[in-house]
Amino acid sequence: MGLFDTGRMIHRSISPGVATSLSAPGYAQPASTQAPDATVLRISTPSALRFQHVTHTFISSDRSAITALSDVNLEVGRTEFVSIIGASGCGKSTILRLASGLLAPSSGEVSVFGLKVTEPRNDIALVFQRPTLLPWLNIADNVTFPERHTTGRVTRETADRALQILDVVGLRDFAQKKPSELSGGMQQRVAIARALLQDPDILLMDEPFSALDALTRDELSVELLGILDKRPKTVIFVTHSIQEALLLSDRIVVMSPRPGKVMETITVPLARPRGLDSMLDPLFSEMANEIRSKVFTRSGKA
Amino acid sequence: MRLSRFAPALTLISALLAWQAICVVFSVPAYILPRPSQVVMAATEVPIWTWLDNIGATLEIVLAGFCISFAIAIPLAMLLVNSPLLSSTIVPLLVVIQSTPIVAIAPILVVSLGAGALPRTVITCLITFFPLVIATAAGLRSAPAELIELSESLKAPRFRQYTQIRLPYAVPHIIGAAKVAVTLAVIGAVVAEFVAADKGLGYMILNYTAVFKLGRAFFALIVLLCISLSLYQVVALIERTFFSWSLPERR
Ligand SMILES: Nc1ncnc2c1ncn2[C@@H]1O[C@H](COP(=O)(O)OP(=O)(O)OP(=O)(O)O)[C@@H](O)[C@H]1O
Ligand SMILES: [Mg+2]
Repeated sequence: MGLFDTGRMIHRSISPGVATSLSAPGYAQPASTQAPDATVLRISTPSALRFQHVTHTFISSDRSAITALSDVNLEVGRTEFVSIIGASGCGKSTILRLASGLLAPSSGEVSVFGLKVTEPRNDIALVFQRPTLLPWLNIADNVTFPERHTTGRVTRETADRALQILDVVGLRDFAQKKPSELSGGMQQRVAIARALLQDPDILLMDEPFSALDALTRDELSVELLGILDKRPKTVIFVTHSIQEALLLSDRIVVMSPRPGKVMETITVPLARPRGLDSMLDPLFSEMANEIRSKVFTRSGKA
Repeated sequence: MRLSRFAPALTLISALLAWQAICVVFSVPAYILPRPSQVVMAATEVPIWTWLDNIGATLEIVLAGFCISFAIAIPLAMLLVNSPLLSSTIVPLLVVIQSTPIVAIAPILVVSLGAGALPRTVITCLITFFPLVIATAAGLRSAPAELIELSESLKAPRFRQYTQIRLPYAVPHIIGAAKVAVTLAVIGAVVAEFVAADKGLGYMILNYTAVFKLGRAFFALIVLLCISLSLYQVVALIERTFFSWSLPERR
């Protein structure tokens, strides 16, 4: 088994896709190579997430087939932040479900850290558009819910860590409150804290800020940037907001609707660390306009 | 606020007074419609322990039928939600059972199952079962899809998806159905007693009307009403004390 894996990894290292991911911005290159076999290790480090010719067709209840994704190729490097932008119904959520292992593709292969995804992995966490907290649990218990749900109990250590993470998202004082006592933005912070507590390597976020007002959205975006600065993670972030995508991402994947395809991948050259003043950069508005025209003309044609 | 609190009692008292007044004004004979005062008088003719004995008999059937029904309905609803195949095979069967007039199968059940408490309990079960299963299944399905996806992405054991997510979300539905089901259980028990019983409030009503003791029959009816209302209140009390989190927020 181990031998076979090594073989696979070396094979992967020759494939052209990896080169892209190595050069992708935000990709953390191992600092030095001490051990003789470290070279092999460095080259063969697989990308965090990889879609190869992924097509997905849903069979709806009236037995008609809906092709949500068609021949999607996507590569996301470690600690890279990739946003997915596209019209409603173009398959963005489907990409996240495939990546998380909740869905299996109709054809093609989805792999995470070089291994084919066959079931959900515990190094991937999800954040949804709605906070979806459990209304009968207080905030602290909501944050520790994944552990209670998988193991049946919450360790002292996890409970302490939950409080620390609530501190990070500014909700320490609300630990004992019920979700209904919090605003929408606060609830979404709790949902993010819940995902962060699992300390995932990959964070899949499906329009996490789209239900919030513009001010809260900016605030949370900046907060997310800060969190990722301290603990780098690979993030796939679905959004409808070009601004949000530009502010957060290393790369933006623009999708075409029905069937969903990757239309264009745009690298965001804005310097890090970023903040709200990054939006004042002339490059920012320039790129925003460029992307907007791309999204509109292409989807208008389609 | 104060007035609304006493409104139900005031309505009830006014209705009783109106009933009494109409009977007196039109001098309705007691064997057609007894006055409330006559009902109370008639009730005292029967020894208290006879009443208690019969109330006990009916309550026993109501509670046994409801509890058995509840104990089967909740796990069955979980199975139905868990398996579409089972759902498509069992739900039509449930609809058939629900569509069968309970009054019509009661005599048949008595012949098949004998004259003991068994057919009465079964009849009570049958009448309460459908609303409990359907509402529980709907409640279990009402959990947000995202939470189910979260559960699946965590690879949590399936039973915890039910105990920690789906069942709590189903609680308001289950309570609602239980409120309906307890009152139906009283109906079921009475129907069963009409068909075959030697005790119980339904049996009393049947016997007293046969001998034109309408006052006593009315009293039995009022006792049944009180049982129904109190059982409903018990469910409401359970809801308030144990499941207050499932009640809508008062703002
Ligand atoms: N479970 C399902 N069964 C059938 N069809 C589905 C299912 N889930 C998604 N689809 C279809 O697949 C397509 C893509 O859906 P998806 O939810 O991925 O879109 P999306 O890009 O996330 O849209 P939005 O921006 O509105 O969230 C849609 O046309 C949708 O109708
Ligand atoms: Mg979506």
